[in-house]
Amino acid sequence: MSTELTHAAYDSKIEGNIIFTQLDAAMNWMRKNSLWPMPMGLACCAIELMATASSRFDIARFGAEVMRFSPRQADVMIVAGTVTYKMALAVKRVWDQMPEPKWCIAMGACASSGGMYRSYAVLQGIDRLIPVDVYISGCPPRPEALIEGFMRLQRKIQGEQSFLAQKKELVDAISG
Amino acid sequence: MTAAETAAALQEKFPGAILSVTDFRGETSITLTPASLVPVMTYCQGELAFDLLLDISSLDNLGEDPRYMMVYELYSLSTKVHLRVKTAVSEDDLQVATVSHLWPTADWHEREVYDMMGIKFTGHPDLRRILMWDGYPFHPLRKDFPLGGLPSDMPDVAFTGTAPLEGGPFVTSSGAMDRVSAEPRAKGEK
Repeated sequence: MSTELTHAAYDSKIEGNIIFTQLDAAMNWMRKNSLWPMPMGLACCAIELMATASSRFDIARFGAEVMRFSPRQADVMIVAGTVTYKMALAVKRVWDQMPEPKWCIAMGACASSGGMYRSYAVLQGIDRLIPVDVYISGCPPRPEALIEGFMRLQRKIQGEQSFLAQKKELVDAISG
Repeated sequence: MTAAETAAALQEKFPGAILSVTDFRGETSITLTPASLVPVMTYCQGELAFDLLLDISSLDNLGEDPRYMMVYELYSLSTKVHLRVKTAVSEDDLQVATVSHLWPTADWHEREVYDMMGIKFTGHPDLRRILMWDGYPFHPLRKDFPLGGLPSDMPDVAFTGTAPLEGGPFVTSSGAMDRVSAEPRAKGEK
């Protein structure tokens, strides 16, 4: 099943104004090109995250320039840095406050696995608390790597069955 | 007055209080009896113008008696003298008098020592943990605390787990002849 946008209604009076597509494809297209990040900057990875958002690398090209410091307005949490046990439940709380649909990027070695901190104080990977969609290697990763992670997340969102993943009562209400 | 002269003056002023004076590479350390810590420190801060407390740290000499050692780094901004003051803390007693009334900076330094090493400071105005959370059951910088940590849980506050140390811990080789062999390497401990 193709999820690409397909033009139809050629040679009609309304040519160019109407596009036929699948609901999932349209929803995914809108979602993936407007990912508002929740910058969970915890260590040096946050510096690279800031660089990614600034003019040289410019994640506005991917529709993700709107850093939201309120979790209620965010779509993707970028966990950038070392998650200590003291901070872990705060990260979890922010994640719980984000509305669905939501995604998570574990940026860098520490957020992915604890990194070099094999320590009593450091959570050994944020995936022990919240589900992670994309892991980015590096210590810290270059902005290019974060952008690559973003594009992978966009590709992942492109393939999601968004409509079926909605709450059942909503699906029933729409489909009558 | 140099640091060595300061130590000599202190020995004269407080006979019996100073157990030893060490000179090493131009740095002078004195070791005090625990009971004389506050009188000597008060004299240092007042009469000898040691107006800056650079640092407070603690040592865990596991297997020795007394097990712990407090280390205070004093500096005088007016006379430019640096003096290191040490005092031993036994494992049974595990407490030492506070100096936070002499140098306000000692407040947080002593909280850190309490948090990491478990040494209590009598007379401290606010002796709470400063890095770990209240209710964390261990003192992580003690030598008998495992590097990977121990599991603990305080619901809704924080939890800790044990970090995997396959092939580790990665530690430096002290006393190695060159930088390459001193590099941190796995020592194959479980």
